Amino acid sequence: MNPVRSDAPPNHAPARPPRPERFTTISNLPIATVYGPAATADLVYDQDLGDPGQFPYTRGIHPSGYAGKLWTMRQFAGFGTPDETNARYRQLLDAGGTGLSVAFDLPTLMGRDPDHPLSLGEVGKCGVSVASLADMERLFAQIPLSTITTSMTINSPAAILLAMYLVVAEQQGADWREISGTIQNDILKEYIAQKEYIYPLGPSMRLVTDVFGFCAERGPRWNTISVSGYHIREAGSTALQELAFTLRDGIEYVEYGIEAGLAVDAFVPRMSFFFNAHNEFFEEIAKYRAARRLWSRVMRDRFGATDERSWKLRFHAQTAGVSLTAQQPHNNVIRTAVQALAAVLGGANSLHTNSLDEALALPTVEAATLALRTQQILAHESGLADVADPLGGSYYLEALTDELEAGAFEHFKTIDDLGGMVAAIEQGYPQREIANSAYKFQTEVEQGVRGIVGVNVHADDTAPGVPTLYIDEGVADDQVARLADLRRTRDGDRVTRSLDALRETARGRENLMPKLLDCVSAYATLGEMCDAFRDVWGEYEEAPAI
Amino acid sequence: MRNIRVVIAKPGLDGHDRGAKVIARALRDAGMEVIYTGLRQTPEQIVDAALQEDADVIGLSILSGAHNHICPRVVELLEARKIPDVLVVVGGIIPDADLPKLHAIGITGVFPPGTSMQAIVEFIRQHARPEAATS
Repeated sequence: MNPVRSDAPPNHAPARPPRPERFTTISNLPIATVYGPAATADLVYDQDLGDPGQFPYTRGIHPSGYAGKLWTMRQFAGFGTPDETNARYRQLLDAGGTGLSVAFDLPTLMGRDPDHPLSLGEVGKCGVSVASLADMERLFAQIPLSTITTSMTINSPAAILLAMYLVVAEQQGADWREISGTIQNDILKEYIAQKEYIYPLGPSMRLVTDVFGFCAERGPRWNTISVSGYHIREAGSTALQELAFTLRDGIEYVEYGIEAGLAVDAFVPRMSFFFNAHNEFFEEIAKYRAARRLWSRVMRDRFGATDERSWKLRFHAQTAGVSLTAQQPHNNVIRTAVQALAAVLGGANSLHTNSLDEALALPTVEAATLALRTQQILAHESGLADVADPLGGSYYLEALTDELEAGAFEHFKTIDDLGGMVAAIEQGYPQREIANSAYKFQTEVEQGVRGIVGVNVHADDTAPGVPTLYIDEGVADDQVARLADLRRTRDGDRVTRSLDALRETARGRENLMPKLLDCVSAYATLGEMCDAFRDVWGEYEEAPAI
Repeated sequence: MRNIRVVIAKPGLDGHDRGAKVIARALRDAGMEVIYTGLRQTPEQIVDAALQEDADVIGLSILSGAHNHICPRVVELLEARKIPDVLVVVGGIIPDADLPKLHAIGITGVFPPGTSMQAIVEFIRQHARPEAATS
C-alpha cells in the first residue's frame, strides 16, 4: 500500500477556470458588473452613513479614523509552558506589538488539569497550559499589566481565567479600575461553532452575566465579552451568516444582562466584537460597516440605550485561518495581507494577522514576526490609515453594506421566531445553516467554481515548503510535575474550603466572581474549580448530526 | 455485496468539526454508509462504535496535535478486539515529522489540509477491506 499524503491532490479542475457567467459574493448576494448612482439612490447620508464618529457609525466610531490612533496590533499567541509563551510575548512586545492575546491549550479551554486522562496528548499543543494562579504568574512575569492590555481567548472557564489575571495584576500593584483588556467569554458561539462548551446553556449564560456585573463595578475598563463571528466563519458560514449570528448573539447577551438586573448602559459599553477577515475583499469591508450600523440601530431602537458608548460597536479582526493552504505556504502571506487590508478599510479597532505556516503547525517565531510586519507595512507605508473610511460612498460598497444589513435583519427575525438564540441553538438551527454552507463551499471548490491557488488552480508539486514549529511532548511532563508540586505545597484546607463555598454559591444566584477570586488565591486548580461547577450544573452534550 | 460502512470520529478535546462533517457528507454522497460519533470520543468509544456498526473504515479528524497518542491507541484496540482489518485513515494537521510513526502502525491514509473530497473517497474505495463492496 502506498502512503497517501498528496501535497497536490488529484486536480480535476482546469488550470485556469473559465470566467463565470454571473458573479455572486460568498454570501450568495448577486453582483452586477457595474455599480452607479442608482445603487445608492435610497441612502440618506445623515441617517444611513453619518460622518465617521457619528450615528449610525457606518463610517467608523472615531471622528478621525486611524489618524489619531492606529489600530492595536494584537497577535494571538500561546504554546507549551507558561515560560515559553512568556518569552514569545516579550519578543512580540520588543518587535513593536502593542497588545497581548493569549491562546490557551485545549485542556485549559475545556477546564481540565494537565494530569487529567482527557488531557493526554493535548497539553501545550494548541496554546499555553494554565492550570492555576502559579502558571498565570509565570505567564505574565516581567510584563506590566498596568500598561499592557491583554486579550484572553477563553470561554467556558472565562470567569476563572479573568479571576487569575486580576489576582496577578493585584500582585504587581496594578489597580483593577485602571487595567484593561478583553476576555472572550462568548459561550453562544461555542455551542454554534467552536464547540468548546462545558456546562448547559443556562448556567453558562449566568457565568457570562456574572462577569458583566462584576466588571461593571470593579473593573470598568475591562471588555467583558468579545462576541465572536470569527469561529462561526471558520466553521464554514458565509459572511452574511457570520454577521447575522454574531450580532444576534450580541442581542441575546444584552437580553440576559437585563434579565440579570443590569441596566443596559451599565454593561453594553464594555461589550466588544470579533470578526473574521476573509478573502472576499469588498464583502468583508461591507460586513464591518453593516455591523456597526446594525448594532447602533438595535441598541438605540430595540433596547433604548442612551449612552453613545452602547451604540458604538468596537471590534477585533483576525485574518482567516481557514483560508490558508498547506500547499505553497508562501502564498499565505499574500492572502493575509489582502485580508488585513479589508479589516483596516473596514475600521477594525485591533487586528491579528495569521502566519504563513498555520495550515501546517503553530507558527514559528519568524513566521509570527512576518505576520506582524504585514500590519506594520499597511500602517506605515501605504497611507491607508491617513483618511477615515476612505471607501465611503463607493456605489458598490454602499450597496453591499445595505444588502448585508437587510439580510441580517431577516436572520434576526427567523431567530426571534425560534424563541431567541439560546432556543435556536437548542433546535440546532445555526449549526445546521453553517454546516450546509461549509459543504456547499467545499463542493464548489471541488467543481472548480471557487478557485484556490495552489490547490485547485496553479498547483505545483515543486513549490518550496517552510520550516515548522514542533511542540515537544515534554511540555506535558513539565506541567504535570509542577502541578503535583503545587498540590503538595499549597494549603489544602484552604483549597477545600474555597471550593465548597464555590459549589454552594453555584447552587444559588449570587455573583460567582468573589468566590472564584478566593479559590484562585488559594491556588485551587482550574480543573478543580470547573469540577465544582460540573458537580452542580452537569455537562452539555450535543446530539451528533452531519 | 453491501455499501462501505465508515465511522467518522472526532477524538480528543478539540471541537473544530467542520472537516469531519464535510467529509462525512462527501462519503455519504459517494454512496457509503456513514456514522458520525460526535465530539470528544475516546479511542475506546470509537473502536466500540466501529465494532457495533460493523464498520469497514474509521476516519479520525485530528487538528490539535494529539494524533501521536490517539492513532496508536485506536490501532491497538482494533487488534485487541480482533478487527485489525478495519481501515484507519486520518485527516487534519499532521506534521510531516510524524508520518513515519503513522505509517509504521499501518495508517497510510493521512489527508492534510487541501486534500480533495474525491481523493479521500477514492482512497477508501481502494483500501477498505475486501468483504465490503465497492459502493
